[in-house]
Amino acid sequence: MTDVAKRADTVTLTIDGVEVTAEKGELVIRVAERMGIAIPRFCDHPLLAPAGACRQCLVEVEGQRKPVASCTQTVAEGMVVKTQLSSPVAAKAQAGIMELLLVNHPLDCPTCDKGGECPLQNQAMSSGRADSRFHEHKREYEKPIHISSQVLLDRERCILCQRCTRFSEEIAGDKFIDLMDRSSGEQINVYRDDFFGGEGTGDGQAGDGEGDVPFNSYFSGNTIQICPVGALTGEQYRFRARPFDLVSTPSACEHCAAGCSQRTDHRRNKVLRRLAGDDPAVNEEWNCDKGRWGFRYANATDRLTTPLVRDADSGELREASWSEALLAAAEGLKAARERGVGVLPGGRLTVEDAYAYAKFARAVLGTNDIDFRARPLRASGTPASSTEEADFLAASVAGTSEVTYADVENAPSVVIVGLEPEEECPILFLRLRKGHVKRKLKVTAVAPYLSRGFEKLGAALVAAVPGDEARLLNTDAAIAGALSAPGALLIVGERLATVPGGLSAAADLAARSGARLAWVPRRAGDRGALDAGCLPNLLPGGRPVTDAAARAELSLAWRIESGVLPSSPGRDTDRIIAAAADGTLGALLVGGVDPADLADPRLAEEALDAVPFLVSLEVRQSAVTRRADVVLPIAPVVEKAGTYMDWEGRLRSFVAVLPGAAMTDGRVLEAIAALLDVPSNHPAAAQKTTKGFSLNTGDVMAIRRELGGMPASSAPRPAHPSTAPADLPRPGEHEAVLATWHQLIDLGSLLDGDPVLAGTARPPVVRLGKDLAEELGVVDGDLVTVGTGRGTVTLPASITDLPPRVVWLPTNSPGSTVRRSLGVTAGAVVKLTAGVPGPILAEGASR
Amino acid sequence: MGTLTGSFKGFGVTFAHMFRKVITTDYPFSPPKPAPRYHGRHILNRHPDGLEKCIGCELCAWACPADAIYVEGGDNTDEQRFSPGERYAKIYQINYARCIFCGLCIEACPTRSLTMSNEYELARDNRQDLIFTKKELLAPLLPGMELPPHPMRLGETDKDYYIGALTNPGTSVGAERAPWSDAGSHDASEPQESADRPETAGTVRKEGAPR
Repeated sequence: MTDVAKRADTVTLTIDGVEVTAEKGELVIRVAERMGIAIPRFCDHPLLAPAGACRQCLVEVEGQRKPVASCTQTVAEGMVVKTQLSSPVAAKAQAGIMELLLVNHPLDCPTCDKGGECPLQNQAMSSGRADSRFHEHKREYEKPIHISSQVLLDRERCILCQRCTRFSEEIAGDKFIDLMDRSSGEQINVYRDDFFGGEGTGDGQAGDGEGDVPFNSYFSGNTIQICPVGALTGEQYRFRARPFDLVSTPSACEHCAAGCSQRTDHRRNKVLRRLAGDDPAVNEEWNCDKGRWGFRYANATDRLTTPLVRDADSGELREASWSEALLAAAEGLKAARERGVGVLPGGRLTVEDAYAYAKFARAVLGTNDIDFRARPLRASGTPASSTEEADFLAASVAGTSEVTYADVENAPSVVIVGLEPEEECPILFLRLRKGHVKRKLKVTAVAPYLSRGFEKLGAALVAAVPGDEARLLNTDAAIAGALSAPGALLIVGERLATVPGGLSAAADLAARSGARLAWVPRRAGDRGALDAGCLPNLLPGGRPVTDAAARAELSLAWRIESGVLPSSPGRDTDRIIAAAADGTLGALLVGGVDPADLADPRLAEEALDAVPFLVSLEVRQSAVTRRADVVLPIAPVVEKAGTYMDWEGRLRSFVAVLPGAAMTDGRVLEAIAALLDVPSNHPAAAQKTTKGFSLNTGDVMAIRRELGGMPASSAPRPAHPSTAPADLPRPGEHEAVLATWHQLIDLGSLLDGDPVLAGTARPPVVRLGKDLAEELGVVDGDLVTVGTGRGTVTLPASITDLPPRVVWLPTNSPGSTVRRSLGVTAGAVVKLTAGVPGPILAEGASR
Repeated sequence: MGTLTGSFKGFGVTFAHMFRKVITTDYPFSPPKPAPRYHGRHILNRHPDGLEKCIGCELCAWACPADAIYVEGGDNTDEQRFSPGERYAKIYQINYARCIFCGLCIEACPTRSLTMSNEYELARDNRQDLIFTKKELLAPLLPGMELPPHPMRLGETDKDYYIGALTNPGTSVGAERAPWSDAGSHDASEPQESADRPETAGTVRKEGAPR
């Protein structure tokens, strides 16, 4: 044994009489854990820096005068450690610490949400004394205090382990809670005037004093999950259940393209809470507040439970049986097939459901008019013939899985364009921040201003007027320099599509510099829909529709006659909407699409009104279902199994959490397809022993088998687009170029029904630079009106370091629905006035 | 001979019983009185001001080996207060189709909110009625009690209800025993006028039914 070369970076030590080899610098508590020895602990967390705050993990180390905290003690050669299992000294020390921790703990376990899953409860049982020698009055605080609309702090229960403050500082970068005061009055709290001699209210409630700062972090829910006692609890789950009557199911988050693994707890067919799952490759042990708390929409009162069919006589929607509704949908689509049917599946689908739409459109409807993108595809004013984004996705994204979270963390340098990671992909933000904090990852942001998220990433700003990103990517030396390091990454967001030439420049830059390129969409289903073929120019698996060999491959796999698959690229979302509005299309098949998300909501609604036949597959009533001729209710995420594909291209499979009779999109489409005839070359069909073609998307496993059995695309990857950058608009006096993106917590339809979560949203403001503020004569907090010919948005001003003549608005926040109110997207010129709308703009609004 | 003495022996038992106290009960007209600690149906007790003692902690449900108890907690607010402190039982159900009357729930109760009465007449003609909710389980309001929701009358905070609670015996007076059981000092051998007996949920007579 001694012949084995001893690695220089390992040491050998003894724990409880067992010799063990550990890496140098490893903590004693981790080594013990690996051996299966559980040392009680509160403050220790594997993803947080050691603190040694609670002292519960005391162990005896030979040669040390006193017991040492194993969560801060690194291993050393020849160290002899005795835990509570073999050392009465350690056991007594731990029992003593527990007694001290409980001196001021209120022991109100019956009313505490943590009761039943509380490390303090459990370890008081396993390592504590049977009784306490302290019978004095316990310290009392006002309980509980709201430190945000969602998070409640009960300082009596707190044992000052500082997990929450360390998480907020180290991981999220939101230092809103901290230790305050000294000695026995030491407590966790948010920054309030009370603590700095101000005129606080004194009752401990945050937010009343002038300078009070609530706990406004997008990651605040994680502090609740890692709190080892019940000091931090969430308003939404408060008193709702006990762990013993919850049923837990591993699940995947449906909110964004980050792909977090989660745990969904339900009781009596109702989801009560969601927790961050533990997936070291993706979300580690964290998630964002949107993923944690945004699940109430599925229980909304406007949930659809039965199919609806528009009554021929009254013209109103009425409830119908499934067979009637399916038949109505099939007949309507069959009649419209000649004129053309547009398919808008939306970006919230699982891979399986997206594949069902893609297959249904191609094989059954015989069209390539399918597009998952429910957002502006191009800058306002760019001709609809430009297919830059679709070409870019076909060339550089579909079917790839090149950049992972680990690459992001380990990259030397990252350039981010068209993406605000904290608002649009929070877990990517956490990973970037981890790289920044631990590995000095250099972040370069090509954005109008350094947002709070970028500031926390220590990002260098390449200030870009919206629309100018393409030129900067082509010419800026700072960007080229940042990407010159080996392993550098270029991360582009979906918003870059609204910059003419932006995606072309990004693909070109990546090819030139050798940096790897990652495309980060906003919705959970976007990437999966892309790979499943919900794009006018792509078939499933990234096969170009124009490639005859690719079509033949699919015809074979789908057992349909060759020639059924259309060979020319179809219309994209904008052109489908336009064609529906002008009467070219005979029908629309719409999945989870909210017209308000589209580039021009008003035109989209006109198109939905104008199209002769509209089929809607929806979970809840929406602007689409109200206009539909046939509404088919489908299952929300919790009631179905499926797979999301995150921005990396990683599959995130999940099972159904709740049993329910609701069907998936795929199953509904299969049922419609069964009523339509499709020319099939299935051998059995020739003998008329079977009906022939089946969409075969009714069962998730069947789809997975079909997708798994498909050969890899043999078609060559198309070249990336080379669109030239457009000229920048020149805003005149009282005009500015609009910059806009979504805030994480906004008016999205998956955040409906939860006022508590909405309360943690960042307050919507209009950001403008000093130049515009002076021109308008406004200071911070004054109302500013942003208008176009269509309407206005009025919000308080926040003076920000923006490029000249640029104004920023949240895309879809309370009081600021940019697409609906203004009818434009980023890069457009908008008018500015101080105060509430003037007569000219107000007239525009009422038009 | 043996047959003859054997018969007398047997009749001896019979005759001896003729002079003993009758053990047949005249149920339901004079129901027998159970032992003082008989495990009957549950009661959710009240504080002397009428606030509920139950805090919705679900420990009873946790302790229940038959999974007969379902509790959902709720938030007390200053406007809507049902119990002292932060938490109350928004939903409280005991399913008597499942309950085995073991009493583990009342041992688990941290506030002595849940106790058991002597009432044993729990038969119902359908399963739904066997699920008792707060409406059936809460102790009746005694004089001086006020129907919640109402503010705390016995102190400023919930601590006044719990710390030094010796002065607050709480009360289930009048409920811990079934309504008729204290009055029923008779034993089964003495016939009782059925009209004297207060009606309980289990013995509500139908209109016109023969007495």
